[in-house]
Amino acid sequence: MNWILNEFWVVPAIPFVSFWLILFVGKRLPAKGAEVGIAALGLAWLGAAWSVVAWIRRPSYPTPDGPIRHYVEKGSTWFSAGGVKITFGFHADGLAVMMLIVVTSISLLVHIYSTEYMRGDVRYTYFYAALSLFTCGMLVLVTAATTLQGLFGWEMMGVCSFMLIGHWWEEQANSDAALKAFFTTRTGDIGLLVGVTILYFAAHRTFNWESLNQQALHGQANHTLLLWGALALMVAVIGKSAQFPLHTWLPDAMAGPTPVSALIHAATMVVAGVYLVARTYGVFWVAFSIGPGGHGVNVLAIVGGITVIIAAALAFVQDDIKKVLAYSTVSQLGYMVMALACGAWVGGIFHLFTHAFFKACLFLGAGSVSHSGSHHSFDMKKDMGGLRKYMPTTYVTFVIASCALAGVFPLAGFWSKDEILLSAGRNGYWAFTAVGVIGAMMTAAYMTRCVYLTFHGEYRGHGHPHESPRSITTPLIILAALSISAGWLNAFGFHFFADWTRNDVFTAAGVKDYPFSLPLAGIALGLALVAAIFAGYFYVREEFVFKGATSRSELAKAGHTFLVNKYYLDHLYTGIIIKGIREPVARGAYWFNQNVLDAIVNGVATYAKKAASIVYDGIDQVGIDGAVNGVGAGAESGGQSLRTLQSGKVQQYAAILFVAVALLALGLVLFT
Amino acid sequence: MLLNQFLILSAFLFCTGIYGALSRKNAVLVLMSIELILNAVNINLVAFGAFKNTPVGQVFALFVVAIAAAEVGVGLAIVLIIYRNRRSIDITSVDSMKG
Repeated sequence: MNWILNEFWVVPAIPFVSFWLILFVGKRLPAKGAEVGIAALGLAWLGAAWSVVAWIRRPSYPTPDGPIRHYVEKGSTWFSAGGVKITFGFHADGLAVMMLIVVTSISLLVHIYSTEYMRGDVRYTYFYAALSLFTCGMLVLVTAATTLQGLFGWEMMGVCSFMLIGHWWEEQANSDAALKAFFTTRTGDIGLLVGVTILYFAAHRTFNWESLNQQALHGQANHTLLLWGALALMVAVIGKSAQFPLHTWLPDAMAGPTPVSALIHAATMVVAGVYLVARTYGVFWVAFSIGPGGHGVNVLAIVGGITVIIAAALAFVQDDIKKVLAYSTVSQLGYMVMALACGAWVGGIFHLFTHAFFKACLFLGAGSVSHSGSHHSFDMKKDMGGLRKYMPTTYVTFVIASCALAGVFPLAGFWSKDEILLSAGRNGYWAFTAVGVIGAMMTAAYMTRCVYLTFHGEYRGHGHPHESPRSITTPLIILAALSISAGWLNAFGFHFFADWTRNDVFTAAGVKDYPFSLPLAGIALGLALVAAIFAGYFYVREEFVFKGATSRSELAKAGHTFLVNKYYLDHLYTGIIIKGIREPVARGAYWFNQNVLDAIVNGVATYAKKAASIVYDGIDQVGIDGAVNGVGAGAESGGQSLRTLQSGKVQQYAAILFVAVALLALGLVLFT
Repeated sequence: MLLNQFLILSAFLFCTGIYGALSRKNAVLVLMSIELILNAVNINLVAFGAFKNTPVGQVFALFVVAIAAAEVGVGLAIVLIIYRNRRSIDITSVDSMKG
């Protein structure tokens, strides 16, 4: 039974093998490689499910915080040089096992979904190969026992996200988005590299995660070094998990095919940063004094909190359904990071767990809408509306997932959000509980807007919308079912999730885990519902006024005081609330996002180019254009000066080579 | 032990090889010249090995022979493809990589 936990490497190995298989023989197979990918992910899923069962059946030990199970770690020496031994290994514990099942489940469903969604694509086989490798990267990260291995998986995902976001690279915008995603996350990756190195020296020369955490928690590591290491890792988290101020790449990453967006947003890539914090929790715990003795505030929590609010505000002004979901992901990731930074370890990873299901459901639902309802458009205002009549399955699953995201009782998001709000508050981070509640309200409001614009009202597109085929709706139904049920693993009275994931670091740190609190949950849910009703009412009203000029005049005859009052409301909505809050704040945030942040990220190299662009291009698209042109121009001028050397004549190259070697040899003879 | 004579022979072969590789237009002759260069090196290796009375020189020479075989295999394949495409193996005409 424990075999899988001892041989944990098997799970990431399966998609790795499938990547090479698809690459080399995929094109010759009847289903063009899709069957290999699906079979491999099916196998990996079985492995993950087996490890879940094995983990749960592992004997547990009672501790004051609750039962824990000891991790299983198998490792050996990778190489040793100059007395320094570098090890690698595989670490199985509740967190890793939980991530395995989430990643393989979502990835399997995405694979199945893609058979229909990507049908007839020019690079169909290549797409499946990249999906396999992408999944493998995430599995490598979550099964790793050392930071070096984690770094390896982390970078694999970076490359694969570049390949997949730029899947349709023939369009300039898509390859720009892929580059932007790659470079922005690379900026964060530098932090990871630096952090791993610092922690190696902080913790008596070890890359081992478990040992890092334990040394940090038992005060054996240098605190200054730990702090710097944690800060560097935080930069990595900001880059990979799209936290403020490096979150700009994630909405642009929507340029990739929708199944990829689902995979990136739900299970792989962006949650890697959250996983990193959860995995290196001992280091963060000590470095930022997260525990109950903390100051009620720390830099990581601030980053997470800002992300929650900023991203949720941006979600209001997007017309592209995928961008709404993308900003929602950014906001939810902020939630998770904030939760971890406020000591809500279980809450943070529980939210990661539940969020994976409903966010994957939302993305795949958006994909289904564009596939069958709106002619491959994602514009909610132009090409959607009224789709609930044509796509009932997609509609129902989308609404369920939206409710789960908004935290409606008793769906998944409700339990995980409550856990975060409560733990953050109990640990003394009340300010962040408030941020969380505001975030939940905004989430409810923008999801209402999104559902309304997509599925209600009149159809505004020009196609013939119809329900998507089975291979698309089945994953949606499964994910919707999980969005309903996943939360019950840690609902009131149940502590399965906490009991299964609680690990040695958790107990050594003394992380507190709080039971369900009805008043707080009630307040959060109530406020979210108020926000949702408010948003819904606004959109229904707008529609009503927009199309019903005659009924309005009838009402005016019947009793215009009432109508005038409603008009006051409309003025209040459009004039004060929308203009006063939504427009300047959200537009301002969006402007800030597009211009200031991008400019910083794209950095020194493109600075001169960008300054020129601002002068004649106006302010609109400066960030994006400047980056790409700047890199291009730099490469071009360098190339121009070097091209004269490139005569194309092999013998000239050889002559240069020989002369150079002769000169070097001469120098060696003369000067030594 | 006549080390110098071997070195002179090797240097002569090496220079011949370089001359051939740089001046010939025929791709096959260029490849042959490269073989000359490699064999010049082989002579050096074996000669120094014998001079120092160690088998290491011969071991390295064997490696060079193996690599040279692989190199010729790849080189001739390239020449063959060039010939198929252009009906000529004039190496100076192959300059489409000009920057």
